[in-house]
Amino acid sequence: MQVELGVNGEHRSDDVEPRLLLVHYLREVCGLRAANVGCDTTSCGACTVLLDGVSVKSCTVLTVQAAGQQVTTAEGLAAEGELHPVQAAFRQEHGLQCGFCTPGMVMAAVGLLSENPDPSETEVREGLEGNFCRCTGYHNIVRAVLAAAAGGVPAAGARAAATARTPAAGSERAQAGQAGA
Amino acid sequence: MSILGTRVLRTEDPRFLTSGGVYTEDVTDDRLAGACHVFFVRSPAAHARIGAIDVSAALSAPGVVAAFTAADLTDLTAIRPSGKANKRMARPFLASDRVRHVGDLVAIVVTEHAYQGEDAVELVDVDYDPLPAVVDLAAAASDEVLLHEEAGTNVAATFGDAGALDEHLFDGCEVVTTRTIVNQRVAPAPMETRAAAAAWGSDGRLTAWIPNQGAQGTRAGLARLLGVPAGHIRVITPDVGGAFGAKFGADPEHALVAWVARRLGRPARWTETRQENLIAMTHGRAQQQTVTIGGGRDGTVLAYRLEIVQDAGAYPRIGAMLPFLTILMTVGPYAIGRAESVAKSLVTTTTPVGAYRGAGRPEATAAIERAMDLFAAEIGMDPAEVRRRNLLPPFTEPHRTKFGALYDTGDYTASLDKVLAAAGYRELRREQAQRRARGDVVALGIGLSSYVEITGMGDGEEQPPEENATVEVHPDGTATILTGTSPHGQGHATAWAMLASEQLGIPVEKITLKWGDTDLVPRGGGTGGSRSLQHGGSAVRQAAQELIEVARERAAGELEANPADLRFDVERGAFGVSGDPDASVPLTRLAEQERLLVRTVFTAPGATFPFGSHVAVVEVDTETGKVALRRMVTVDDAGFVLNPLLAEGQRHGGIAQGAAQAFLEEVVYDDDGNPLTASLADYPFLSATEVPSFELADMQTLTSYNPLGVKGIGEAGSIGATPAVQNAVIDALAHLGVRHIDMPASPQRVWQALQAARESA
Repeated sequence: MQVELGVNGEHRSDDVEPRLLLVHYLREVCGLRAANVGCDTTSCGACTVLLDGVSVKSCTVLTVQAAGQQVTTAEGLAAEGELHPVQAAFRQEHGLQCGFCTPGMVMAAVGLLSENPDPSETEVREGLEGNFCRCTGYHNIVRAVLAAAAGGVPAAGARAAATARTPAAGSERAQAGQAGA
Repeated sequence: MSILGTRVLRTEDPRFLTSGGVYTEDVTDDRLAGACHVFFVRSPAAHARIGAIDVSAALSAPGVVAAFTAADLTDLTAIRPSGKANKRMARPFLASDRVRHVGDLVAIVVTEHAYQGEDAVELVDVDYDPLPAVVDLAAAASDEVLLHEEAGTNVAATFGDAGALDEHLFDGCEVVTTRTIVNQRVAPAPMETRAAAAAWGSDGRLTAWIPNQGAQGTRAGLARLLGVPAGHIRVITPDVGGAFGAKFGADPEHALVAWVARRLGRPARWTETRQENLIAMTHGRAQQQTVTIGGGRDGTVLAYRLEIVQDAGAYPRIGAMLPFLTILMTVGPYAIGRAESVAKSLVTTTTPVGAYRGAGRPEATAAIERAMDLFAAEIGMDPAEVRRRNLLPPFTEPHRTKFGALYDTGDYTASLDKVLAAAGYRELRREQAQRRARGDVVALGIGLSSYVEITGMGDGEEQPPEENATVEVHPDGTATILTGTSPHGQGHATAWAMLASEQLGIPVEKITLKWGDTDLVPRGGGTGGSRSLQHGGSAVRQAAQELIEVARERAAGELEANPADLRFDVERGAFGVSGDPDASVPLTRLAEQERLLVRTVFTAPGATFPFGSHVAVVEVDTETGKVALRRMVTVDDAGFVLNPLLAEGQRHGGIAQGAAQAFLEEVVYDDDGNPLTASLADYPFLSATEVPSFELADMQTLTSYNPLGVKGIGEAGSIGATPAVQNAVIDALAHLGVRHIDMPASPQRVWQALQAARESA
């Protein structure tokens, strides 16, 4: 069936199977593969995106349910070559390791901060309870969200600034290029 | 100022944060165009004879390309266990006559699209004639029901002679206490499940994209499973979404995806569902341990015995062999005059057991740290004091234990004192006493562990650990590093670049790290056992240093100077001549004239032994049995810290996983061998609400085994945290008569222990 929706600011109209999950629509139809599938029980949150600004687990939304709404994924959070303050905070605080949970975790954090711009540590932990991470022990994820909330994403620190200015879509694709070597 | 030891942000982060990593399922490649999708039919029975398998309904379902059973696999031979495990416990690629665990592979369905496969696997009809499940280790040991009849036993491997234990081991001990404890089965559960993509070229070569911990080992595994020469296989490692020991080598599923691609003459892909992952990726731990500890009332431990029964699961894999490492680390950081350890591995009708973060060492630490607390409780001494009295004194020359481990450097008392100070141990004990005095229903527990572990092992003493690296400087002032290690979250791209940058003066962001493509890096040991920095990082440093020497010779020719008179200016990335400020030649110019690269192999004298001490503080609700982890304070000494940001991240993750084992996570089977934790809705995967922020204290005792002075840090947290948290829960309830609670300390288990203590009081 035909579905019309916005994805990262772009209007789309696609013919989809009624049972097609939003996460698979984003990944397979739109080619936006930042959101991942980490479970089959809506437990892990690796697929979290924003639907009209509210974080949802896109493995539990049918594409057709998103009709007429705006979907934002990690790819659409910031302009090309830039990091959204929450993304920058994740980098600054080392809030990611293997990266698999990261796009979903960042979107969940953005959703959390839009509802509660000044959360306590406990509120951050409760707000991210539905997003699993196996690498970080959540320690630096929580710090990153608190830092983003405090606006404490520094642009300073000589070395940090030098590397933080590295564009998001340049040499970092080396590994992706390697994967397709 | 040196870049080494500083908090350099990860160069790999921006793409993970924006476009996301490119994991195996995300790989787009011309060679994979038109790939079909592989789905596995898995046994719903723990133990059964297989009758007819009917794939006809599946074959007529929409989009189904093919279906295969064991009868089709005429060119694959059953997998024999490696190492000293019983060779008669073979594993078929697809079950032909019998299934041995829920999740065992039975058939393959191949479809055009993924959704079609999920529908079609349901249509394969298999007759299962149930056999008795063997879940309990005592049942397995009885050999009443055999999993592998051709083996004639359920014993997969033995370590030491259980019949020759020293009956005088505990002679002269004033106090002897013994307890059988469970180091329960847990799921590695990396966020990215297993996956594979396979394409055969017209040259007969396989290209396989597989999430792994070392492409070279995965290639060797695939070659062995498929029966083709390793040279006919190229493994490419996309981004890997966590591994924790469970993605080393190759699994039958990986080989079967390649087999399907060859059989059908078209590329094939597979992505494991989470349910498959929780029943078919190897599990970890799964030991039953009997500890016996004896000593004097002055707190001196005189003797210790550890008897291990390892649950290997249905088919012996590395997990069947891990008691070897547990035995090696039996006495941990303690000077115990008499100690012995034996083990046997048994097959059961459960998921095979493999490596999980720590792999054999956490089990050793958990056993002796629990034993230390049992002994302390028995003699009524503070557990910190008992530890202090028995820790090995500081040493800088290697110390050989009676189990053969050669500890390189250590100062165990210092780490214990440091963590006690950081935690405010005395104040905590005071608060505990106050709560007890006023009868607070929420009890405070303080748990300790001291550990030493082994990182960067080689293949025995004849085969010292080694790793290779290639460093190349390009004319445009960038550099490329090739490494035989294989990062999957640890941050090697940044850390290895720091090491090269230090030598070459090239900024970190201009250095690219490549790994995991066996055509590009044919040799390498991968990443696991906390080996990467000490071997792979040392190799990078060595390669960069050797590159400078190669460049020096060339620069000398260029400048018509004696090489010994040339000085390399790291800031400028150029050679100059002493006394002649105008004579200068940069590395980039040398690279223009001829490729400037060095490949080298770093060899270490042996494994290193990081150590540390953890303090866990818990609150236990004595009415509900609910445990809340309030604080984790740790000292994890892994020698020099190259990048504190990354090292702390490794510690955080390990601490969380270790703590999760102590009070949350467990793979559970019912008596019939049905897994009760086969989804993330059922498996109590640690979430952000269940752990506090961690308090890390710094301590760096260098090793002389590599020029950086580094030891491994990847598994420290998961080794130290588990017994600290378990001991804390029991400590909270000690005044109520509780001496032991098996992990995980779930509300039910804690409540039952309290009831039992109250009844016997």
